[in-house]
Formats: sequence, structure tokens, C-alpha cells
Amino acid sequence: MVAVTREQVMRWLGEVADPEIPVLSITDLGIVRDVDVGDDVTVALTPTYSGCPATEAIEHSVVEALRERGVERVNIRRVLSPAWTTDWITPQAREKLRAYGIAPPEQGAGKRALLYGTRTIACPRCGSTDTEVVSEFGSTACKAAYRCSECLEPFEYFKCI
Amino acid sequence: MTANDSETMGAASSRDEILLAYVTRLGDNALILGQRMIELVAAYPELEEELANANFALDYIGQARMFYAYAAELEGGGRGEDDFAFLRPEHEFRNFLLIEQPSGDFGDAIVKLVLFDAFYLLLLEALRVCADTRLAEIAARAEKEIRYHLRHNSMWLLRLGDGTEESHSRVQASVEALWQFTGELFAADAVDETFRERLRGPDVETLRVGWRRRVAEILEQATLVMPEDGWMASGGKMGRHSEHFGYLLAEMQYLQRAYPGAKW
Repeated sequence: MVAVTREQVMRWLGEVADPEIPVLSITDLGIVRDVDVGDDVTVALTPTYSGCPATEAIEHSVVEALRERGVERVNIRRVLSPAWTTDWITPQAREKLRAYGIAPPEQGAGKRALLYGTRTIACPRCGSTDTEVVSEFGSTACKAAYRCSECLEPFEYFKCI
Repeated sequence: MTANDSETMGAASSRDEILLAYVTRLGDNALILGQRMIELVAAYPELEEELANANFALDYIGQARMFYAYAAELEGGGRGEDDFAFLRPEHEFRNFLLIEQPSGDFGDAIVKLVLFDAFYLLLLEALRVCADTRLAEIAARAEKEIRYHLRHNSMWLLRLGDGTEESHSRVQASVEALWQFTGELFAADAVDETFRERLRGPDVETLRVGWRRRVAEILEQATLVMPEDGWMASGGKMGRHSEHFGYLLAEMQYLQRAYPGAKW
């Protein structure tokens, strides 16, 4: 057993990429809720969506990333509360998303945004807000497909939940 | 005590027994609805909806897993979520009859989802404040998803109802055909009553009022007529299912029945 600190583990987890949006790490996404360092290392993770197919893959990557650094005994604890929303995505991560070509979610998730809310999504390439939704569902459950009417480029929008 | 004895359950049952029966039912509804939706994968009328349906189905199955995993812990008998899904016989499933009705066409599928989700959303909202923390947490997670499902599916009902003559008449027929299964959503039994009294569970009468208001709104916008309440079918909650259910289970459970213990 290698002696590790909580900060070290958090830093390592900051290098574990989300399998569906590899530009973001799991700490960027805000799904790492706690790290407990004792005889074992316990990482508390929260799922984004109940049916997110990446949940198991993420848990696997966490165990693997810590093992590679000499932490043999890793436990994963799933926590549900408070439920994840896109507001858990860190400000730096929102910029990373934009630079990657994905429009970040609107801030202030909640009933208003979900219920018939009109929204203006800025094109991550040219910044124009003259955009239209092509499909509410994109390459993954959490993204919608958009098109920019200004620069004519298609882009993805990380849906607000 | 297993998750199956809900008919005889009363005030004498322990808190965990009531919870077990209640949580198992929630899992059954989520799983069977998810399974019905999966049957339509690769059969939806357009790509966007194809993806929406598959993703929504995944949400239900994810929720079923959370409910079953909790039920298995409450039971404490060494069973896991897969045992609940794949190794229980028909009469041990306590989902509503509405859920197990055949998917039919796109309109039928949308009507079923709107009728159920309008109820399920209110139920989850109420469960967020029940006395059991774990169940309240699952409900809080699931509620966000179902709110989105209901919004999306209601918009489709609007398009179909207020669409062409053909789409309007077909979707009106779906509403009429499925209406007889909506009474069961609000038929409280001993499990519901005990859960309400001892764990600050929802009052089904309050749910019924909220549901009628919501469904009436959606139907009106969709230019559809809300049917009169007539004879209502029930039985699913007590493990008495319609003929369709056996076929659904046979397909869903085939692998574990044919190759017991098979692992992915």
C-alpha cells in the first residue's frame, strides 16, 4: 500500500477522462463527490443519468487509474444525493467544452429550463446565437444536434438537465 | 417474507417489509416499461425519435436497477438486481397492466408514455419527501429524467393529436383503448396505505387530482377528447397479469432461464 493523500487522489482523478466526452475529466464533470483515504481509497461517484451507459466504464477507469499509481485497494461508492445536474460541470470545463466544439449547457438547471423554456444556444465556433436545433438527441443521450445559421457549421449542445 | 406477499401485507408488517414491497413494484414498473420500449428499437418512424426512445428506455432500466438493488438489500437474502429482473415468475411482478400492454404503433407508444409519465412524475415528486432517505434519493434522481421524458412525449402527442386527420383519429383511438388501464394507477392497496401512514408516502387521491389536471391540459392542447371513466381493468399490482405479459417475460428472461447464471 502506497501512502497517498486525498489531494493526490483528486489530482489523479482529474486525469481520468469521461468516456463519451474525452475532453472532460470526471472531476471537470462534477461526478466525483468525495474521496476517502484510509486503509483503502474510497471514491464516491454519482451517475449523470440513471441509464448512462458510461457509469460502469467510469468506475472501471477509476479503479484502473488508481491501481496504476500503486493504490491496490480501491472501493467505489455510488451516491445519488444531491442528484447530478449540468450545473455541477465546472466553469473551466465549460470552456473546454466550447473549445472542443460542444456548446456548454445553459446554467441554472431546473424546472424552468426543462419545461418549455425557450433557449438561445451560441455556436461554439463563431459565437452567433442564430442557431437551430436539428435533433434533440445527438451522438449521446446528453447531447442535442444543432446547426449554426451564421457559419453554417453543425455542432453539438450539451443538454441542460 | 419475500417481495411477493404484498396482498396480505398490513399494519403488522415491519417498516422494511413494506419498503421492500413498495420498492419492488417501482422497479417492476420501470423495468417492464423499459423492456416494452426496447422492443421498438430500430422500428421508430425517424432517427431522432429512434434515439430518444432508446435513451429513454435506458433511463427506465437504470431506474429499475436502482430500485432492485435497494430491494435486494432490504430483503437481505443474497439476491441481487438480476435475480429480481430475470428469475421471478409472472405472478411475482407487480407492475401496472398499463405498462405491459403491447407497444402497438408509434401513437400507442406515445399515449402510453404520456399517461404513465404524468402519473410517475407526480409520484416521484411525492417520494422525494418520503421518510426513507435512500428511496427519496432515487426519486430525486429519476424525477429529473421523467420530467424531460414527459415534456418530450407530450410534444409528440400535440403533433399527433393536432396533426392530420389520420394521426388525430388514430391517437384518439389509442387514448380510448388505454384509458381502461389508468384506474389501476390510483387504486391504493394495503402496501400503499401502510407506506403512506408509516413512511410519509404519497396519497393516491392527491396524485389522481394532479394527474387528471395535467392529462386534461395535454389532451386539450392536442385537441383530443378525454374519455369518460368507465370500467377499469386492474390486477397487475396483485400479480394478475394480462396474456401479453407472459410473452414479454419469456423473451426478457430467456437467457437466464436457458443458461442459469450466465454472465456478460
